[in-house]
Amino acid sequence: MNIISTFFIGLLFGLGLIISGMVNPAKVQNFLDLAGSWDPSLAFVMGGAIAIALPGYRWVRGRSQPLLSDKFQWPTSTSLDAKLIGGAALFGIGWGLGGLCPGPALTVFSSGAMPILLFVIAMIAGIIAAGMLSRR
Amino acid sequence: METAFTPVHSLLGGALIGLAAVLFMWLHGRIAGISGIVSRLLPPGLSRAEIPMSAAFVVGLLAAWPLYSAIRGEAPESTLVASSGVLVLAGIITGFGAALGSGCTSGHGVCGISRLSTRSIVATLTFMLTAFLTVFITRHLLAGGS
Repeated sequence: MNIISTFFIGLLFGLGLIISGMVNPAKVQNFLDLAGSWDPSLAFVMGGAIAIALPGYRWVRGRSQPLLSDKFQWPTSTSLDAKLIGGAALFGIGWGLGGLCPGPALTVFSSGAMPILLFVIAMIAGIIAAGMLSRR
Repeated sequence: METAFTPVHSLLGGALIGLAAVLFMWLHGRIAGISGIVSRLLPPGLSRAEIPMSAAFVVGLLAAWPLYSAIRGEAPESTLVASSGVLVLAGIITGFGAALGSGCTSGHGVCGISRLSTRSIVATLTFMLTAFLTVFITRHLLAGGS
């Protein structure tokens, strides 16, 4: 039950990424290109997502436990440390260079195109490397 | 390369992403942050108990492309601009940064901001700034305009 429902949530998320245009690196990079061929569409993606998730989360917070699980796993960390800022800064550089963030990269992975396979393998290597570094 | 301004599709797609994030928390108590979900399938963050849920979410993401293509009769529009060499470099930095900073566009940008988390707001402003700067430098300073 949990697995089937999670599969459909992932599917919904992926369809949202496709319909919104987040899976198109050319569009992502144009959104980031204020001084050139600026395409403001992706601001609407974030706007649409937050317009649903902000009131949605507020409603969920009022509940005692999730419907299909025993407890809520809300993030608890509050520290504004160098790992957060440095990691986010690097993430933005990678996102700007490739036009792909992790969700869209996995969604486009199914197209089977060679360059995206390379990107995803490199991204996985990067995630493992950061995990190793953080654990030391 | 110009791309069409698509406010309606982008708003609708964004709403589906937001809905998926709310459903994942309401039903399963989890944050729909993709880099976090992927990192629980990989060493050293591999968590045996989380494998089925994380894998199911990723398989759902992977299924979206073929499903959309089958319904519409054509693949979604997706044009890679960067060369393969740049994509490998971008992939490493994207993965490394997302894992180090505990989140990406979904975990910080959508879920975190929707929780009004100060950490996520700071992270999102930071990666937006460096992403804007990166595109400005590569397109306008190094390449001499697009």
